[in-house]
Amino acid sequence: MSPVDGAGASNPNLPVDRAVTVGREPSSSPEQIPQLSEVDCPAELKERIEALMARYPDRKSASIPALWAVQERYGWCTPEGIRQAAAVMRVTPAYLESVASFYDLLHTERVGEHRIEVCTNISCWMRGGDELLDAFRAAAEGEDIFVTGFECLGACDIAPMAAIDQRYFGPLVPGEAKTAIDQLLSGDAVLPEKSLEKRPLAGDTEVQR
Amino acid sequence: MPHALETRVLLDKAEDPRLATLQGYKDLVGGYATLEKAYKSMEQDEVLKELEDSGLRGRGGAGFSMGKKASFLPRGDMNKYLCCNADESEPGAFKDRELMQRNPHQLVEGIAIAALAADAGHAFIFIRGEYDSQADTLDAAVAEAYEAGYLGKDILGTHRDLELVVHRGAGAYICGEETALLDALEGKRGNPRLKPPFPAVQGLYGGPTLINNVETLSNVPRIVANGAEWFRQYGTEQSPGTKVVSISGGVRRPGNYEISLGLPTRDLIYELAGGPLPGRTVKAIYPGGSSSPVLKASEAMDLPYSFEAMAEAGSMLGSGSVIVADDRVSIPHMALRTARFYHHESCGKCTPCREGTNWTVKMLERVVRGEATPMDLDIISSVQENIMGKCLCVLGDSMAMPVSAMVRKFRGEFEAVMAEAAEGIDPHTIIDASPEALEAALEATS
Ligand SMILES: Cc1cc2nc3c(=O)[nH]c(=O)nc-3n(C[C@H](O)[C@H](O)[C@H](O)COP(=O)(O)O)c2cc1C
Ligand code: SF4
Ligand code: FES
Repeated sequence: MSPVDGAGASNPNLPVDRAVTVGREPSSSPEQIPQLSEVDCPAELKERIEALMARYPDRKSASIPALWAVQERYGWCTPEGIRQAAAVMRVTPAYLESVASFYDLLHTERVGEHRIEVCTNISCWMRGGDELLDAFRAAAEGEDIFVTGFECLGACDIAPMAAIDQRYFGPLVPGEAKTAIDQLLSGDAVLPEKSLEKRPLAGDTEVQR
Repeated sequence: MPHALETRVLLDKAEDPRLATLQGYKDLVGGYATLEKAYKSMEQDEVLKELEDSGLRGRGGAGFSMGKKASFLPRGDMNKYLCCNADESEPGAFKDRELMQRNPHQLVEGIAIAALAADAGHAFIFIRGEYDSQADTLDAAVAEAYEAGYLGKDILGTHRDLELVVHRGAGAYICGEETALLDALEGKRGNPRLKPPFPAVQGLYGGPTLINNVETLSNVPRIVANGAEWFRQYGTEQSPGTKVVSISGGVRRPGNYEISLGLPTRDLIYELAGGPLPGRTVKAIYPGGSSSPVLKASEAMDLPYSFEAMAEAGSMLGSGSVIVADDRVSIPHMALRTARFYHHESCGKCTPCREGTNWTVKMLERVVRGEATPMDLDIISSVQENIMGKCLCVLGDSMAMPVSAMVRKFRGEFEAVMAEAAEGIDPHTIIDASPEALEAALEATS
């Protein structure tokens, strides 16, 4: 079945936008794709993106991983970084920008040196997620740290919790926000006893009947 | 020691950190023996038959028969794909995280065997970007499996090939919807596609694609090793097998518990999760993640925890995530949290979902600010009806179902909260914020 047949099945007289069935294709007009010689892409970044593209049957699949690589290199998805990735991937910068803006973890504006996401979704909210977010905001005041409320991070078992530079910690009390930020700034291990990775399986945490 | 009511199959030996390594997986649970058997001595149809006979139902939300879905893929010489859905972003769900973190090779082996059933040469694990540590674990496991010859070209000398790529998302709940996942994997914004065509016919890069959840695929090795009959000794007739259930919210021991499906919901909440916090009672639960219609405690406790019992009760088992709301949780506020999530995550492609989630949030904000009238509750309900079944994907329904259930079942509380808020009384806004309450809860868990 062709995509157009599928989409038009309910009313064959209506025109069908292919974007509805196969997603929007990136624009590929060559004059909008920057040349590698114009963008001054660091060699490691170029190699990294090329290696990522090689993992997929279609190089465009590497757009999210490439944007992750840009973000890792520059701290956020900078316009120059996006142009560099676009030149390597042979897509337009506008296309990569539209992809980046869709996803919450890709930042198209400068964010701090460290990133903290505090969950305020249902299970964390019930256990004090909003207060924890306030505490992190207060403790990060004036520091180069990006703090934001976030939807469920998939760790409701340690509610209320936060992701600090992509690692999970919980359950936290508001007072631990300051401790965590002090540790982050001084380069110490953050809240080692609250790290998710150290937590035993739920059923193993207590003597069972 | 697990509780006597737990049945650990997928989480067998998961307390041992060595399980996450290839050697540990082999030593502790005999890992990769099934892959070897399947690749060396089984045909596609034999694997498919075992999966169909087992009655394994998808663990990602819809509960569709895994074997049947795999059998829908057309036969013949063309590029076919397998995608493992590890996006796990529904509020309340955190079971896939545990399975990937503690037992990544079980998933890799499951994917490799399912790829035989689907005749797929290329597989992907689409993992949510937030699960950075789990993605690292998977990367390491996949590298080990390549090294040992369980993945790649000419697997174990059988002339069968499989490439497996761990693909990190970047934070968008909608990418868990299977067709949005395909768009995201093709490098686009994650917007759902119109179905049909279904992914089994036309999916990734236009090729037939099997999409299954992490837990579904993690079940595959043991089913193929021990047979469908073995699998059916667990669970109920219509919900065979075990299920890793995520329990969170107002309970003493939140966490993942693996049960034989059909265990009474009461046991799940009171025995395994330790029941409500000291001095509290259970008011309501979401039995299957934030998109399942909430059940009052009185409706829920005597139900067996199975797909069919939850459906009969007008709700659903979904991804198998129980969120417990105790007597101090304000239901209208909980409805607002729920609606805000779906509003934030709506991809905006269809009007009823984009506008309906927006309106619902605004109306519920009026309710908790005391600016609404009881008639507005009827309007909220009718907005939900106008979303359900009218969108490309079920994200809109996922808000409409729980919100309309809350308004219907707790109408009195909505009216009381409106009246109190109008008089400036702040209704029980936040629940467990007090340090004493948290301490008590922590003490009970430590
Ligand atoms: C909005 C939305 C979000 C979803 N999120 C997930 C998810 O995070 N993980 C998942 O496995 N399935 C999710 N699903 C269900 C998938 O579309 C699909 O049914 C599932 O991955 C199929 O796997 P299964 O048959 O093994 O359950 C979601 C569905 C919708 C509509
Ligand atoms: S229902 Fe909502 S999330 Fe799903 S496609 Fe439509 S607008 Fe997007
Ligand atoms: S609700 Fe906070 S992690 Fe799920």
